[in-house]
Amino acid sequence: MFLTKDEEEALEGKYGDAIAIAYKILVAIGESTEADRLIPIEWSHVAGVNYNTIGDAGLKFLEDLSKKDAKVKVKTTLNPMGYDPNKPRNLKSEFIEKQQRIINAYRKMGIENSFTCIPYEVYQLPKKGTNVSLAESNAAIYSNSILELKTNKESALSALASAITGKSIYSGLRLEENRVPKININVKHQIKSELDFALLGYFAGKINEMSINFSFESGIDLNDFNIKPLCAALGTSGSTGMFTINKKDNYVENFDFTQEDAKRIKDEITNTDKGDLIVFGSPQLGIKELEILNSLINKGNRKFKKRCIIFCAREVYNKAKKKGYIDNLERANAEIYCDSCSCLTPLVNRNEIDSVITNSVKAAYYLRNWNKVNVSLKSMKEIVNEECI
Amino acid sequence: MHISCKPIVKGIAEGELLLSTKSINLLTITDEGIINDSSHPLNGRSIAGKILVYPNAIGSSVGAYKLYSLKINNTSPKAIICKNSDLITASGCAIANIPLVKCDYEKYNYFKDGVVVIVDGYNGLIKFLI
Repeated sequence: MFLTKDEEEALEGKYGDAIAIAYKILVAIGESTEADRLIPIEWSHVAGVNYNTIGDAGLKFLEDLSKKDAKVKVKTTLNPMGYDPNKPRNLKSEFIEKQQRIINAYRKMGIENSFTCIPYEVYQLPKKGTNVSLAESNAAIYSNSILELKTNKESALSALASAITGKSIYSGLRLEENRVPKININVKHQIKSELDFALLGYFAGKINEMSINFSFESGIDLNDFNIKPLCAALGTSGSTGMFTINKKDNYVENFDFTQEDAKRIKDEITNTDKGDLIVFGSPQLGIKELEILNSLINKGNRKFKKRCIIFCAREVYNKAKKKGYIDNLERANAEIYCDSCSCLTPLVNRNEIDSVITNSVKAAYYLRNWNKVNVSLKSMKEIVNEECI
Repeated sequence: MHISCKPIVKGIAEGELLLSTKSINLLTITDEGIINDSSHPLNGRSIAGKILVYPNAIGSSVGAYKLYSLKINNTSPKAIICKNSDLITASGCAIANIPLVKCDYEKYNYFKDGVVVIVDGYNGLIKFLI
């Protein structure tokens, strides 16, 4: 990869250790992806905030970096952390203390305390075609596919390196030719619920292509309620960073996605069909999902029979509060958490909870493999129908 | 015998190969270096001290930190051989100083579990000690 003289010097430490580390990361990902140079980016979204995901080593890395005077050069937003500071419940003080130290390290670098995995619903976005660096996989996929921004499916560290340098590698999905999918998936059966979309996403991610097309044989309802779970599941099972829909082309390879495939994927992810806790979120719920849930529970007149936790972005919570959704959901016995999400959450503990019901394939994957609880997948509508009185 | 490959992160390491035909979500690896993913063929196996060979990392972008974490805990692979472009692995190896090379290893039939190799991340070489 070609570096300008200034970039070479930055890599060698002319501008300090923090910038040198950031360039070292960019050079490694540049070599890995055959990039020929670096280009400017306008927005970076950094992951690696939850103490449960990065642990003591990550905390040390970020504190060291902030002490080396790392400062971000472009607008930078942050993924969720491990808990909602307004509702700490009975989390260990060690967890809270270390979580706060991570946040302080990011704050010292000049990063906004956004704590959301759906920045595309919360922030004003750059214009179409702009290069950005988004580490949260659902956000990267959503931004490439729906918003026509350009990002690779960044790693937590590559997005941080982009934030510190204002640059990223010119390769992968930043190149027009790679944004054109070579693989097509023919969706043979009627896709209805948000869970159906997520199962399709998980299936497609396994093909491990940079970009992929979905051809639907029957009509579909393309809105955020369906698209977000698709993006999240696609980002969980593979390295795909973008999709197109119903794009006619001569594809190198075609796959079919049938009802049997959907069932096989569901059987692979889940290991029970019931649960003692309901979880909504991953990605965090947006206003659309809260609106649908509010209407399914008949504005709080139907109540959850068991514990139900909902993760949403703080800005979305504030908006939903004004519309009355939050009060209605609380009246229905739901607990609502901001700034955090279900992935590697300390709120779901194997000692207290045996099994979880969720409509999120991404949540199910991490709850089973990390929190070690049994998981069941149902659509939001099914959950409300079965678990509310 | 040696195979040339693309150097990604500098460094030299010698160790036994551990092959994963399937990509790995690094976030599912425990601090002890054990793969803890019920849907993965290497579920329950340790990557600590091995030369880990896999197509690419998948899933969580935070997986990059896991490599650093494993290095600090002395449970990281000694080196990694990847087949595909991979931001997660490359960025994690960069800060953890784990030698990384890129190689289409599926073309060769001598990449087998337990075979001892030297990975040279300076010159882009994998040397087979047989």
